[in-house]
Amino acid sequence: MHLSEEIERVQTKLKTLRHEAHRHDTWVTVEIARHKERPRTRDYIAHLIDGFEELKGDRLRADDPAIVGGLGWFRGRAVLVVGHQKGRTLDEQTLHNFGMARPEGYRKAQRLFALAERHRLPVLTFVDTPGAYPGVAAEEGGQARAIADTMLRMARLSVPVVATIIGEGGSGGALALAVADRVLMQENATYSVISPEGCAAILWRDADYAAQAAESLRPTASQLYDLGVIETVVREPRGGAQKDPEAAAEAVGAAITDALDELQQLDPEVRRRQRRERFRRLGAWADPEEGLPGAPFSPSRM
Amino acid sequence: MNVTVEIEHRATDPQRHDWVCRSCHTHSDLAAMRELLYVCPQCGYHARIGARERIRQLTDPGSFTELWSGVKTLDPLGFVDLQTYPERVLEAQGKTGLAEAIVTGTATIADTACVLAVMDFGFMGGSMGSVVGEKLWRSAELAAGEHLPLVAVCSSGGARMQEGILSLMQMAKTSCAVDLITDAGVQFIALLVDPCTGGVVASFATLADICIAEPGAQLYFSGPRVIQQTTREALPAGFGSAERNLELGHLDAVVPRADLRDKLGAYLRLLKGGEGPERGETRGPAGRGTGRLAEAALDRAQAVAAYARRALVRGDRESPDEAQDAPA
Ligand SMILES: [Zn+2]
Repeated sequence: MHLSEEIERVQTKLKTLRHEAHRHDTWVTVEIARHKERPRTRDYIAHLIDGFEELKGDRLRADDPAIVGGLGWFRGRAVLVVGHQKGRTLDEQTLHNFGMARPEGYRKAQRLFALAERHRLPVLTFVDTPGAYPGVAAEEGGQARAIADTMLRMARLSVPVVATIIGEGGSGGALALAVADRVLMQENATYSVISPEGCAAILWRDADYAAQAAESLRPTASQLYDLGVIETVVREPRGGAQKDPEAAAEAVGAAITDALDELQQLDPEVRRRQRRERFRRLGAWADPEEGLPGAPFSPSRM
Repeated sequence: MNVTVEIEHRATDPQRHDWVCRSCHTHSDLAAMRELLYVCPQCGYHARIGARERIRQLTDPGSFTELWSGVKTLDPLGFVDLQTYPERVLEAQGKTGLAEAIVTGTATIADTACVLAVMDFGFMGGSMGSVVGEKLWRSAELAAGEHLPLVAVCSSGGARMQEGILSLMQMAKTSCAVDLITDAGVQFIALLVDPCTGGVVASFATLADICIAEPGAQLYFSGPRVIQQTTREALPAGFGSAERNLELGHLDAVVPRADLRDKLGAYLRLLKGGEGPERGETRGPAGRGTGRLAEAALDRAQAVAAYARRALVRGDRESPDEAQDAPA
């Protein structure tokens, strides 16, 4: 009697401790994902892409440095690369607007996707942004439609598309470059519908609850893998990618190679339909009329 | 401001006979407001209305058949903030009488059969979670399979944060749904009503063939508060309003509520192409016409709904063309 009570007490305590430890883990990941020294898109391009030729401009009015793109050779294959660029020094960060793209950036991505489509080049994207830039000019310049259109155009590509979340995957601004056949994510990257601070401010009405919000949002790679949102968790060097950028890039390169090898075996139309199906499955719902609960884990019913 | 006054189908308080305009504060008789479609007779302010009232206003009387009303949200993250997610959903269901933030089905609008999806801002701020995404997907799939136009009434405060990343994924899912109807070549019209913001405007809503809004609707991706907190920029007059969006080239038209049904009908007929309406085809002010085309449209809308129900039960969504042969 006493013993079972004691066991129960210890078990409860253990559960609380695990919970706390987990919360701690999530916040540590948030901090590593935002680490100043974390390798950026340009670092991955430098490590993984040979003969990179940057291509600028949206062909309408401007070039947005928050999104960089261009052509290059990935392990012997000609590819198109597009990614958010955050910058590291304050000057760089200011130049790249901390990776927060404006409509011009998304339209640049769109016209580069069209280029890849026309010349049958696989598309590699790198996602690293706190979110789309929330400025007046961006809003009035059609930010909403620019993001929507980028997603639709990615969905319609007949070439293989591999997205890699390398830092912060912040909301719609991140997703705009991640409507891909395969979504890879580094171990210490995050991907979320809203920043923990933003979520805490709205639901807890206090931004100080950010760590708690982060835990609730489940933004880490292993959690997203369990929800079926990403295909691959890419291991990082101990302590995070910034400890050994070269090793981190090698691991990302290996994961991209695996994904491309698989994807290039598929018929373009089949690949496109599967991409659509991939996103159709995402969500958690139940339909009593149908008797089959839809869940992120369940295979498509189509 | 009292939401129960503004959102008609929730105005259940028998004590309440008058309606107070949120804009000019004029009192009007609640029963009269129903006739006026909840547009203030003094200043023209378009009050927010719920999905059921919207359907009453837009569709030809008796033509709407609801589909997929049983689709329920799960709690994939076990999300807890100040309340649990299931508690918040229950509360929203009690408040609105709706199962979720969207109502879907088939109907005729000005005598044209269509698939209709109507969002409800009263249900957790019209936030887009898995159910909204799934019902939009099914609407698009049915429209594509049956070659019926899709009409979506969009109103949303943004993401369903309690579903975390899966909520974000609905932006991609609904954009892929647009891909599906683009392939099928069916017409897609979006009506943006106050407020339509966040992930919904940055996905399917702005991907429509024709994108219109009600007067005074607030439409934006990032709201004034986020903009000011992040950039401290001063907002121009009318920021985010339907009228300013029209000026900036983001909308095809701003259409007063009283004209919506006819306007949607005109768009649908034009996008369908081919020959114009038959001479002598008449449609009374009450809505549904009496001519042969009106009857055919209603039959078609109802047959498609019946087909969608059967397909769901049998699970054979592979052969959507069947309904064309199905008896009405
Ligand atoms: Zn008024």
